[in-house]
Amino acid sequence: MPVKRKVEAVPLAANAVAAPRLSPDRLTRFYADMLLIRRFEERAGQMYGMGLIGGFCHLYIGQEAVVVGMQAALEAGDTVITSYRDHGHMLACGMDPKGVMAELTGRRGGYSHGKGGSMHMFSREKNFFGGHGIVGAPVPLGTGLALAHRYRDDGYISVTYFGDGAANQGQVYESFNMASLWKLPVVYVIENNRYGMGTSVDRASARTDLFHRGVPYGITGEQVDGMDVVAVHEAGLAAAAHTRSGQGPVILEMLTYRYRGHSMSDPAKYRTKEEVDRMRTEHDPISHLRQRLLDEYRVADSELKAIEKAARDRVVEAAQFAQECPEPDPSELWTDVYAEA
Amino acid sequence: MASEVLMPALSPTMTEGKIARWIKSEGDPVRAGDVLAEIETDKATMEVEAVDEGVLAKIVIPEGTDHVAVNTPIALIAENGEDVAAELAAKAKAPPPAPPPRLAPRVPAAAAEPPPVPALDATEYAGPTTTMTVREALRDAMAEEMRRDPDVFLLGEEVAEYQGAYKVSQGLLQEFGAKRVIDTPITEQGFAGVGIGAAFAGLKPIVEFMTFNFAMQAMDQLINSAAKTRYMSGGQMAAPIVFRGPNGVAARVAAQHSQCYASWYAHVPGLKVVAPYTGADHKGLLKSAIRDPNPVIFLEHELVYGESFPVPDDPEYLVPIGRARIARAGVDVTIVAFSRMVKLALEAAEALAKLGIAAEIVDLRTLRPFDVETVVASVKKTNRIVAVEEGWPFAGIGAEIAAIVMEHCFDWLDAPLVRVTGKDVPLPYAANLERLAVPQVADIVAAAREVTYR
Ligand SMILES: Cc1ncc(C[n+]2csc(CCOP(=O)(O)OP(=O)(O)O)c2C)c(N)n1
Ligand SMILES: [Mg+2]
Repeated sequence: MPVKRKVEAVPLAANAVAAPRLSPDRLTRFYADMLLIRRFEERAGQMYGMGLIGGFCHLYIGQEAVVVGMQAALEAGDTVITSYRDHGHMLACGMDPKGVMAELTGRRGGYSHGKGGSMHMFSREKNFFGGHGIVGAPVPLGTGLALAHRYRDDGYISVTYFGDGAANQGQVYESFNMASLWKLPVVYVIENNRYGMGTSVDRASARTDLFHRGVPYGITGEQVDGMDVVAVHEAGLAAAAHTRSGQGPVILEMLTYRYRGHSMSDPAKYRTKEEVDRMRTEHDPISHLRQRLLDEYRVADSELKAIEKAARDRVVEAAQFAQECPEPDPSELWTDVYAEA
Repeated sequence: MASEVLMPALSPTMTEGKIARWIKSEGDPVRAGDVLAEIETDKATMEVEAVDEGVLAKIVIPEGTDHVAVNTPIALIAENGEDVAAELAAKAKAPPPAPPPRLAPRVPAAAAEPPPVPALDATEYAGPTTTMTVREALRDAMAEEMRRDPDVFLLGEEVAEYQGAYKVSQGLLQEFGAKRVIDTPITEQGFAGVGIGAAFAGLKPIVEFMTFNFAMQAMDQLINSAAKTRYMSGGQMAAPIVFRGPNGVAARVAAQHSQCYASWYAHVPGLKVVAPYTGADHKGLLKSAIRDPNPVIFLEHELVYGESFPVPDDPEYLVPIGRARIARAGVDVTIVAFSRMVKLALEAAEALAKLGIAAEIVDLRTLRPFDVETVVASVKKTNRIVAVEEGWPFAGIGAEIAAIVMEHCFDWLDAPLVRVTGKDVPLPYAANLERLAVPQVADIVAAAREVTYR
């Protein structure tokens, strides 16, 4: 992974830089959160193979450090929005794995009562604003969430996630312009996992340093090792503090990698198996952190094993719920189209 | 010989304006390009420049005069050394020269007089009213709702400092400030999405599209983000938002700036679609739309903005979304229309009355949810129906009305439904072709005669 690079259209606020050294407890928590996502996604993949999940299902495996490090840098009240590769974001926002998995199986206990599926889930309670299937569309929406924070002057920020492929959509730049013009409290997190579906960044983007993309709008961008949850967290803290203090948006380009196919059916022809294997063995965010916890932080192996078991148990429970939960009542077909005026 | 300076038209639809200020005084020398005066309409302000060199010999229309018809002489420019006084004296005796022939008059001469004000539907409201333009009714609706609810704000191109491209948001910036009346960059997809995101967070934005032609760039956000989110979230999240602006055929601006999008939006579950005609309906429906928890597409019409109607003063006067209105009762044929086409349908009804045909005019006001009941009840009474719209025929609102009539009152029909629609072509620019492409009163009369076999 390349080292952290930064382009300062405006310097990040001075109060934003000093990230405290993370306690072993905090780091162990990150480990648990990442692991839950990994186990959840593995299970979702299996259930897809069993025909329990339909349609598109985009797994987040490999990218866990991005959302876990980032979400831990936020305050309750901050709002989050992303695209269709959203299961990890929902778990990191504290949404219940049972409700997420039941939505994947299209059951009434799902977050959207079975009417949204993998790509379209929301939680008012956890300030998670979706879950959107249209590439690029969440970027203006997330900018609008930031406008609402500014309008209400509530001190919260919007974190708007999107992919390297989405970064070429025109509406992204329309949003950058407005966010910078109006100094909106928003952190744009570009999850650069090197590919759109099968198109690598260098085959889709004239310049591949995506953290530069805000420069014409006066937006500071930073490239972050998205496989290192600590690096992500520190960058997230600085970016959140900067934008929260009223100095406008920040772009964080997270260099990350997805191990699985784009969705469940993936030709796997656009990259080599060696490339995938190298990323998994040399850069895996979870095994990397596990090693650090053991070596640097002297966390007991038994403690980590307990965490691993807890994650597995929660996922088993979620999977069971998602299979046993009944399908939506047919009357649900007609509900939630309109609210009564 | 002195040359006349005529009252110019600022736009193809302008019929009259106000002389706001004379910059030059009588006796001042003028050169071509010098600004002589400022004129104003309810939409815009413009400077009148001299085309000839000479002396401003006479100001015919003093400053402050309102309702000056387009092409009225407002001043005389004399050639240097010319005796204007003598000429004027001579002119006063001689009959005025005939105005130069014009190829295609922009407006019929009668249009310079204020149009008659139609009566308010008394069954709905008996309180005090004020006569105002549709433009003012819309502004008042927004202002009242913004006073009532601090979560309501206006967002769009030129809505603040410029006071609205069609002057609909006049004065709102002054009253509510830049936080609540927000000028956006020209970035339809972006600001539509920003509005929807803010609505997800519980605010109640009014997003103005300069015209609905430009909303095409935002279509994905309107359909995929605004219309579908309540459903996809199992009712957890939604966009209480209004998208408004002029829709339909404008005058002489050709295909890309002139199109009716009613059927496009009416197709989409999750959206409500409103297209009023009268001033009271514009105000009452816009207020209902702003209070509605669903995304509402509010279709206005450039050629209706300047029309005057009595509008209820009561700030709680709301017109319910989803209810049509009988604009004129009749027994021989039902004519269904919305937006500006209601005006044409009413004119057609006058003409039909002279032929002994009593037409009932249904002003739909809302397209989704569609008021099946009112249309069907009218057809059951008249047994004949004409559907009028500015949009294209294929898969249009008229096609939908035909299906509704088939489903609900086929046995009551004494003739097949006839549609009067815009022609199935991109709208042409040339005046004669444009007239042919857009529904005219005569087309509605002909259609009504066709279904009544008279
Ligand atoms: C507007 C739009 N165009 C195309 C698609 C189909 N599509 C779905 S995901 C995707 C690739 C997006 O890549 P990226 O933004 O890098 O996200 P990632 O899948 O890597 O998380 C494409 C082309 C879509 N959903 N929306
Ligand atoms: Mg990608």
